[in-house]
Amino acid sequence: MRKLLGTALAATMLTGLAQAAEVKIGFVTTLTTGGAVIGNDIKKGVDLALEHMGGKMGDLDINLIFGDDGFKPETGKQVTDKLVKQDNVDFVAGYIWSHVLMASRKTVIDSGKFMITANAGPGPVGGKLCHKNFFSASWMNDQGPMAMGEVLNQKGVKSLYIIAPNYAAGKGMVAGVKRTFKGEVLGTDMTTWPTQLDFSAELAKAKASGADGLFVFYPGKAGGAFMKQYQQAGLKSSLPLYTAFTIDALSLPKFQAAGFTDVLGSQFTGHWDPNLDNAQNKRFVADFRAQHGAYPSPYAAQAYDSIFMIKGAVEAVGGDLTNQDGMRAAMESANYDSVRGAFSYDSSHIPVQPWYLREVVKDSDGNWTTKIVQTIAQSVENPYAADCKM
Amino acid sequence: MDYTLLFVQVLNGLQLGLLLFLVASGLTLVFGILDFVNLAHGSIYMIGAFIGASLTLLLGNFLLAVLIAVPLTGVLGYLIERFVARQLYDKDHLDHVLGTFGLILVLDTSAHIIWGPAGITVPLPAWLDGQVALFTGVVFPTFRLLIISVGLAVAAGLFWLVNYTKLGMLIRAGASNRTMVSALGIDIQTLFALVFALGAMLAGLAGMLIAPITTASIGMGGQIIITAFVVIIIGGIGSMKGAFIGAIIIGLIDTLGRSFLDQLFELFMSESAAETAAPAVSAMMIYILMAIILAVKPQGLFPPKVR
Repeated sequence: MRKLLGTALAATMLTGLAQAAEVKIGFVTTLTTGGAVIGNDIKKGVDLALEHMGGKMGDLDINLIFGDDGFKPETGKQVTDKLVKQDNVDFVAGYIWSHVLMASRKTVIDSGKFMITANAGPGPVGGKLCHKNFFSASWMNDQGPMAMGEVLNQKGVKSLYIIAPNYAAGKGMVAGVKRTFKGEVLGTDMTTWPTQLDFSAELAKAKASGADGLFVFYPGKAGGAFMKQYQQAGLKSSLPLYTAFTIDALSLPKFQAAGFTDVLGSQFTGHWDPNLDNAQNKRFVADFRAQHGAYPSPYAAQAYDSIFMIKGAVEAVGGDLTNQDGMRAAMESANYDSVRGAFSYDSSHIPVQPWYLREVVKDSDGNWTTKIVQTIAQSVENPYAADCKM
Repeated sequence: MDYTLLFVQVLNGLQLGLLLFLVASGLTLVFGILDFVNLAHGSIYMIGAFIGASLTLLLGNFLLAVLIAVPLTGVLGYLIERFVARQLYDKDHLDHVLGTFGLILVLDTSAHIIWGPAGITVPLPAWLDGQVALFTGVVFPTFRLLIISVGLAVAAGLFWLVNYTKLGMLIRAGASNRTMVSALGIDIQTLFALVFALGAMLAGLAGMLIAPITTASIGMGGQIIITAFVVIIIGGIGSMKGAFIGAIIIGLIDTLGRSFLDQLFELFMSESAAETAAPAVSAMMIYILMAIILAVKPQGLFPPKVR
C-alpha cells in the first residue's frame, strides 16, 4: 500500500513537472458546419505558427487544444468552460464569431486567464466590458466599415443602402459605416443569421431605393451566396457594391472555379493583405501557400498572429507563467513580429493599426487574390474606447 | 406603395414558394402515403445540390448536369428506402425520427468528407446568369424565372401524375387507406420505393436549382426541412394540392415580411428598433401562421379525404 502511494505521489509530481514545462493554449474556432470554412483556414494558420516556432515558446513546449464552437454561442461557451476548468489552459484564444465570443468571455475573464480574440470584435469588449486580461489580435467590428465610410466619402458616394446579418458583428459593422459615411443611408436590412442565404427580397429593396452604393457584410459561405445573387440581379453598374469581410481568400478560388469574373476589381477594407511587405508576413504567406496551394485568409493571418503574440508574452517573462503582470505588459507593448507589421495597442487593448483599401486582382500566375491599392488611414479609432475603464 | 417593388417581391416570393413546393411535395408524398417521417429529406436536397454542382463543374454544363443528377438522387432515394426506411415502416414515428435523424448525421458527414466544408459555387451558362426585363422598370434575374417555370411545370406534372395516371390512383389510394391497397393485390413495396425515389428526385432537383443562388453547402438541408414541414402541416399531410398552396403562401409571407415589415414597424417604433425587430418577427411569421391554422383546422387546409 505504502509503495503504491509512493508511486502515485511520484506520478503526481512528474505530471506536475510536465505541466510546468509547457504552455497550454485553448483555441476556440468553428470546425463543423458551414462556418468550418473559416475555422479550417484558421487552424491552418495556427498549425503553421506552431511549426514556425518548432513547437516551443522559449523553453516551454506548446500544448495547444482546439475547441469547436459549432457556430453556436452556447456550444462555444461549453467548450470554453471545458478549456478553462478541465484543461486549465493558460491562454484562451480564437473566436471567429462575435456572438460566440460574447457568450464565452465571462468564463475566461472570471477565471483570471488571458483571453485573445483572433477575429471577433464586438463593441463591448473594447468598451464597457474591456478587461486587463483581454486582448484583440484583430480589430473592432466597427473599424473596417469606418474605414470604408471614409472611402465612400472620397469616392463621392452620396447615398447608401446597407444589408447585413442580424447579430452582434452585423450590427457593429452597420454602426461603423454609418459613423463615418457622410451621405444619406436610404435603408438598412438586417437578415436572419446564419440561416438566411437568399437575399432576393433585400436586393430588390436596395435596387428600388435608388442608392448610389450598396454596403454589405456577409462572412463565410453567406458571402459567396450574396455575391452570386448580386451578380444575377445585374446590379453591378447601377448599384456598386462595397463590402466588409465578404470576399476573401476562401471564396476567391471558388469564384474563380465558377468563372465569376464580376468579382475582379471589387474593393474592401482590411488591416492585412498577403502582399504586405514585412519579413514575418512574407514567410507566413510563402509557407502557407507552399503547404496548402492557396492564399491565406485574413482569419488565418490573425490566428497566426495571436499565437506569436502569446509567444512574445511567454518569452518576455522567461517562461514564468505565474508572472501575469509581465506577460500583460509584453502583450500591451505589441512587441512581437506581426504579419501586419508594427502596431500598438490603445488603452482598451484594441490594436491601433493602418487600414488599407484592398482590391481583387489576378496574381502573376493567374490566381485570384487581393492587393493593397491605398492606405486609407494610419489608424481608425476604437469608437468604444471612451467606455473602457480599466 | 411602390408597385414595381411589390411586383418584384411577389415574384421573389413565388420563386421561394415553388422551391419549397419541390421539397415539400416529396415530403408530403412520403409522409402521407408511407406514413413515414423522413427528417433526412433535407439531406437528400443537400446531396442533390452537391451532385449537381460537381457534375456542373465536371461537364461544364448546368442543364446537362441537372438531367444526370436528378436520376442519381432518385437512385439515392431508392437505396435509402431499401436499406433504411423499409426497416422502419412498422415501427413507431419516434423510431422514424431517430432513424432519419441518424441518417442526417451520416449524410451531412459524408458530404463533409467528400466535398469538404467549403461548399461549391455553381457556374451558370451566360444566358441564365443575366436578367430579363419583364416590362418597363421590372427587371428580374433569369435564373429565378427559370426556377418559377420549373416549379410550375413540376407542379403541373405532379397534378397530372396524381390525378390522371394509374400510379397516381395508387398513390391517392395509398394515402387514404394503405391496408386496403395492399389487400387488393397491389405490390405495396414497389409502390413505396417508387414514391420514395420520386420524393428524393424532387428534393434533389430543388437542391440543384438553389445551388447556383446560395451555393451548395453542408447544413443547407437542415434549414429547408423545417420550413417544408411547416408547409405540409399547413397544407394537410399527404395532400399535393395542400403542399402547393401551402408552399406558395409560405414563400409569399416570408418574402413580403422581409420586404415590408420594417416599414410597417417604423410607423410605431424607432427606425433602429424596427430594423432589428423586423427580421426577427418576419422569421417567426410562418410559425405564427402554422399555429393559427393548426388551431382552426388541425388537419391542415386540404387534408386528404378519408383518413
